[in-house]
Amino acid sequence: MGAASIGRADVLNQDEADVATKKQKAPSEGTPWWMWVAVAAIVVFCLFPFYWLINISLRTGPDLSSSSIVPPNPTLDNYTSIFKNGDFTRALLNSAIVSLTVTALSLVVGSFCAYALARLKLRGKVFILGLVLSITTFPAIAIAAPLFKLWTDIGLFNTLPGLIIPYLCFSLPLAIYILVSFFREIPRDLEEAALVDGATNFQAFTKIVLPLAAPGMATTAILTFIFAWNEFLLAVTLTSSPKARTVPAAIAFFTGSTEFEKPLGTISAASVVISIPLVLLVLLFQKRIVAGLTAGAVKG
Amino acid sequence: MATAAVPAGPPKKGRSKGMSERRLAALMVSPSMILIGIVAAYPIGYAVWLSLHEYSVRVAGLSRWAGLKNYTTALGDSEFWSAVKVTFIFTGGSVFFETLLGLAMAMAMHAAFKGQGLLRTVVLVPWAVLTVVTAIMWQTIFEPSLGFVNSLLGAVGLPNDTVWLGESPEALIVMIIADVWKTAPFMALLLLAGLQVIPNEIYEAAKVDGATAWQRFVRITLPLLKPALLVALIFRTLDALRIFDLPFVLTKGANGTTTLSLISYETFQTNRILGLGSALAILTFIIVMIVSFVYIRFVGGNIRGMAEE
Repeated sequence: MGAASIGRADVLNQDEADVATKKQKAPSEGTPWWMWVAVAAIVVFCLFPFYWLINISLRTGPDLSSSSIVPPNPTLDNYTSIFKNGDFTRALLNSAIVSLTVTALSLVVGSFCAYALARLKLRGKVFILGLVLSITTFPAIAIAAPLFKLWTDIGLFNTLPGLIIPYLCFSLPLAIYILVSFFREIPRDLEEAALVDGATNFQAFTKIVLPLAAPGMATTAILTFIFAWNEFLLAVTLTSSPKARTVPAAIAFFTGSTEFEKPLGTISAASVVISIPLVLLVLLFQKRIVAGLTAGAVKG
Repeated sequence: MATAAVPAGPPKKGRSKGMSERRLAALMVSPSMILIGIVAAYPIGYAVWLSLHEYSVRVAGLSRWAGLKNYTTALGDSEFWSAVKVTFIFTGGSVFFETLLGLAMAMAMHAAFKGQGLLRTVVLVPWAVLTVVTAIMWQTIFEPSLGFVNSLLGAVGLPNDTVWLGESPEALIVMIIADVWKTAPFMALLLLAGLQVIPNEIYEAAKVDGATAWQRFVRITLPLLKPALLVALIFRTLDALRIFDLPFVLTKGANGTTTLSLISYETFQTNRILGLGSALAILTFIIVMIVSFVYIRFVGGNIRGMAEE
């Protein structure tokens, strides 16, 4: 674990350090023209589909059969109509409750486990980490079928706890995995000093490691939240009515404001709305998210 | 991993208060292990149990032991094999193209030095957008009359009346395109992180020795990028094998897009055939496990390294 030799300041400013290494590698000759073409291509590739969705979401009636690149008569009608739709607002609330609960539980329970795995003596560590890692590759369908039956039998079918519990199956390993790699980056000397001063291992964890790991905790929280907000398979398998449906499931069963209207406009508007929290997270925490996604992946 | 064998534990001497370190570690690990046991191990065990039984559709709770009958039914069913085929074509196609595209994007981002922060943010948008929204987005783009694709095809004089999601190979192609759009950026970010740890001096030295850009790419970049590439490949392959959201929203499985997860869902949820549905879920699980085993066994010892690090 080479992390022990990293200076404290480096760890606290991991992102800055990251940027610094990049700067060293900057090509000395200016940026060639084709580079700008490549950059523009990437931007268009990533953002154009989203633009098209917005374009469609601003149309109603006959405009929904033309393919012009801007909406002929832009209107916010679809947006006002989805917020008048009780099922949709209910789904937003459900999603918020489920995602936040899952995030909080995963962080608390996961950080304990991750600390023990990163720092303490424990038999079977490799086995536990292997287990945690392999669960992230489980096909969710394998637990969806039995839970569908089990939840029906014990009354958790179509309830929010019925979603929160199985979400932990995937969010907890994710949280543990990311947190282990963050805890390992924290230099040991502070903890060791505390231990010498008579603190217990647990105190060293809560008083020293946790505050230092705040950025890692934030990263983990963001990634777990995104997972829970996006989850679809369990959300459609374990719910059957708007009562417990989260937004992805609700949108998949959307039928527009009137039965005969082509609901593409409203569906697009709803899609834009539920993407907003995610886009905001990306804009605000780009560095954290990248750090979390690549944690462990390149060190192997 | 050279570091694997060095669990340089914190100093243990001189601590009289508090419980022993191993005991504390066991206590801290157990809530997670218990939870994972309840939400992962138990359901999978129960799925195996369900898959060995036959359930009455009419009388709730009525079941009888069926042995391996559900499995033989599934394995003898052409719909199952068609789902296997679709799942593997989808996985192969999307992982191949997103690796190529992800690599190209990573190299461009690595070289484009100025706008990197902006690029990383932009690239995260497809990654963060919900898969369901991704499906809806591409549905609107490929929509016959208001979609961008047909209007573009029409503008350059090609046939512009294809009902993309209503025809057989086309629907699967749209599904692959949507997946590539969503996940190539993830690939790019992992590969970019891999590129950034390659020391620039190696390239400089190769340049001095007269290596062409292509030679530098093949001889330096690719071999040094291999660990990051393998990790990204494994993540993406296992993810693609369990694809569910895209076919569910795009086509509900019509026109040759029924994947393994979807066929299992339809069997136990929509049609309430619990035993067979569970058998299909277990078969999906086994297929994913076999693929991950093959990956770890034959292409990358570094996943083990990651776990042991």
